[in-house]
Amino acid sequence: MTGSQERLPRLLALVPYLIARPGIPIDEAAADFGVTPKQLRKDLELLWMCGLPGYGPGDLIDISFEEDTVTVTFDAGMRRPLRLTGAEATALLVALRALVDTPGVADADAIRRAVAKIEAAAGQAQPAGVAVGLGVREAAETARVREVVQSALRAGRALRITYYTASKDEITERTVDPMRVLIVEGRGYLEAWCRRAEAVRLFRLDRIDDVDVLDEAAAPPPYAEPTDTSTGLFRAAPDQRVARLVLEPDARWVSEYYPVEDVEELDGGRLRVVMRYADTSWIVRLLLGLGGEVRVEEPADLVMLLRERAAAAVRRIALVSG
Amino acid sequence: MSVARAERLVNLVLCLLSTRQYLSADRIRGIVPGYGDAPTDDAFFRTFERDKTELRELGIPLEVGRNSMFDTVDGYRIARRDYELGAIDLEPDEAAAVALAVRLWDSPELTGAAHGALLKLRAAGVDVDQAAPTVVESKVRTSEPAFGPLLAAVQAGQAVSFGYRRPSPAELRERVLEPWGVVSWRGRWYVVGHDRDRDAPRCFRLSRIVGEVRKVGKPGVVRRPENVDLMRFVASTDREQPRSATATLWVAAGRGAGLRRRAKVVGERVVDGVPGDLLELELNYPDTAAGWIAGYGADVLVLEPDVLAKSVRERLVAVAEGAS
Repeated sequence: MTGSQERLPRLLALVPYLIARPGIPIDEAAADFGVTPKQLRKDLELLWMCGLPGYGPGDLIDISFEEDTVTVTFDAGMRRPLRLTGAEATALLVALRALVDTPGVADADAIRRAVAKIEAAAGQAQPAGVAVGLGVREAAETARVREVVQSALRAGRALRITYYTASKDEITERTVDPMRVLIVEGRGYLEAWCRRAEAVRLFRLDRIDDVDVLDEAAAPPPYAEPTDTSTGLFRAAPDQRVARLVLEPDARWVSEYYPVEDVEELDGGRLRVVMRYADTSWIVRLLLGLGGEVRVEEPADLVMLLRERAAAAVRRIALVSG
Repeated sequence: MSVARAERLVNLVLCLLSTRQYLSADRIRGIVPGYGDAPTDDAFFRTFERDKTELRELGIPLEVGRNSMFDTVDGYRIARRDYELGAIDLEPDEAAAVALAVRLWDSPELTGAAHGALLKLRAAGVDVDQAAPTVVESKVRTSEPAFGPLLAAVQAGQAVSFGYRRPSPAELRERVLEPWGVVSWRGRWYVVGHDRDRDAPRCFRLSRIVGEVRKVGKPGVVRRPENVDLMRFVASTDREQPRSATATLWVAAGRGAGLRRRAKVVGERVVDGVPGDLLELELNYPDTAAGWIAGYGADVLVLEPDVLAKSVRERLVAVAEGAS
C-alpha cells in the first residue's frame, strides 16, 4: 500500500491507531500499515501540521517522539477510524464466512464471533453479492491425515509418508520436512521439502495413504521456497513435451481442468489445444481414458503409442469376454 | 497525492467533523488552510469539487444542508456518528481468523478492500498479527476478466449480457442475466441470477463467458430475491450424485497402483500368460471410473459390471481405430 491514493486513508487511520497504542515503536506501526518507517515518519510530520480551525499550537494534532517510539498527545477530534465501506466489509466478511466451512483452517466458533462483531461495528446489513465456498471435500481418512500433518507442523517435526504419485501411478515412501498446508481448488495439499526429490513438493492430502510423525525436527533447507500457486499448480518446465489435441465437446472439460495453451475454437464446439506433459505414461493414461473424445494431432510417436496400447488392451479384453 | 493536497484534505475532514453548523463553501475557503491559495473563484470551486468527490469515494459521509431558512447556499458537515467505526474488540482467536481472512484474497478488486478493512480495525485498537504462521493457507483468485464487470453489475443492480459457451451440447449463445451475485465454489467462479430468456434462475461459469460483459438497461433495477442462498444454488448445481457400485477387476501384477490403493484383493488369476490379481473396488462415480480404468490399457480388465466393461472397451476401441 504505497500508492498515492492510499495515503489519505492511511493518514485518517494513523491518529486513532496511535491513540490506541501510546509509545509504539515506529517500525512496528510502519509494518502494520505496510509502509517503510521513513514513509511513516513523513506521514506523521504531515499530520503534525494539521488540526482544528484556529490552527494555533493548541489546535494542531500533537505528536511526541521519544527515541524510536511515537505517542499522540492531542488528536484534534480524530479518535476513531472511519467506518468500513461496503466493499471493505464485503471483502472481509465474505472471506471469513468462506473459512467457516473449511475443515482444519481455523476455529469455526472464533470465525462466527468475529463475523458478528464486525457486522455490529460496521453497521451494514446489505447482501454482499459475493460468496465464496472453498468446498473442501474431505473423506474421513483424509481428515485423519490432515490432523497428523498439522500436528507435525505445529511441533516442527519431520514426516514419513506413503504417497501415491498420480503422474507416475506409483506408491512411494518418502521422508519430508513439512512447510505448510494449503487449499487449492477445493483440495488440501501439504507443501514440504522432499528429501528424496531434494526439492519442494506439493502432496495432495487425499493421496497420502499413510503418515507418521518422526522424532526428528523438520529441517527444510533455507533455500526451500514456497510454491507460487497464483497461476495454478502446474508448472511449465523446459524438459516437458507438448501434444496438440482436438477435444470433442464432451472432452472440453480437459481444457478447464489441465493447463492448456493456444486454445483454438473449431466448428461443432470442438477445441484444439496444446498441452504440456512431463510424463508420457501420464498422458497415455489420460488419453486412453478419453477414448474417442480426443484426437491427437502431434507428436506422431504419441499417436502410435496410444494405438498400440489400445489395440493390446482390446485384444486382451476379447480373451476374458470370450 | 501532493503533500499540500493531503494536508488540505485532512484539515477539511477535521474541520467538518468539529462543526455542528453546516459550513458553506465560502466559509470553508476562508477557514481551511490551502484553499486560500486559489487564484480565482473558479479555481477554488474546481478544487473543492474534486476534494468532495475524493472524500465521498473513501466512504466519508459528507452531509449537505442549510442551518436556517436564511441561508442562501448549501453547507457541509460530517456527522461523527456516521463517520466513526463502532466499538469493536476482538479476542485473539477472532483476530487470528481476521488475519487469515485478509490473506484469502488474491484479487485486484478484493485484496485492497480487505486490507483497507484491516487498517481500520487496527486503527480501532484491534491487534491483528498478520505474520502469524497459519496451519492452512488458501487463496481465492479472481483472474477471469468477467469478474470485475459482473461484480460491479451486481453491486449496481444492473442487468448484463454476455456470450456463453455451453460445452455439451456445444453452443455459443448470448445470455441476458439479472445478476444476484458472484460465487466462488471450489476455486471456480460463477455468476448467479435471473436468466431473462429462460425466465428462471441460472448459474454460469465465468471461465465459459466469451468476450465482454455488457451492461443492459439502468442500474438499480435488479432485485435479488430475499430467500436465495447463492452458495447453495451453485453447490447444488455442481454436485454429481454418487451412485455406488462394486466392480471386479483383473489387474496385472505390479500394475495399477492408483486402483490398488482403493481396492481389496480377492484372488489371483493368470490372463494372457500374465499373472495378476482380482480386485474388488467400490466406485462412487461409475461414469468417470470408465475413463480412469481405460487409462490403464491392457494392465486392467473389467470383469464386472458389464456396463462398465462395455464403456471401457468402447473407449479403447475408439483409440485403437484412430478416433474421428
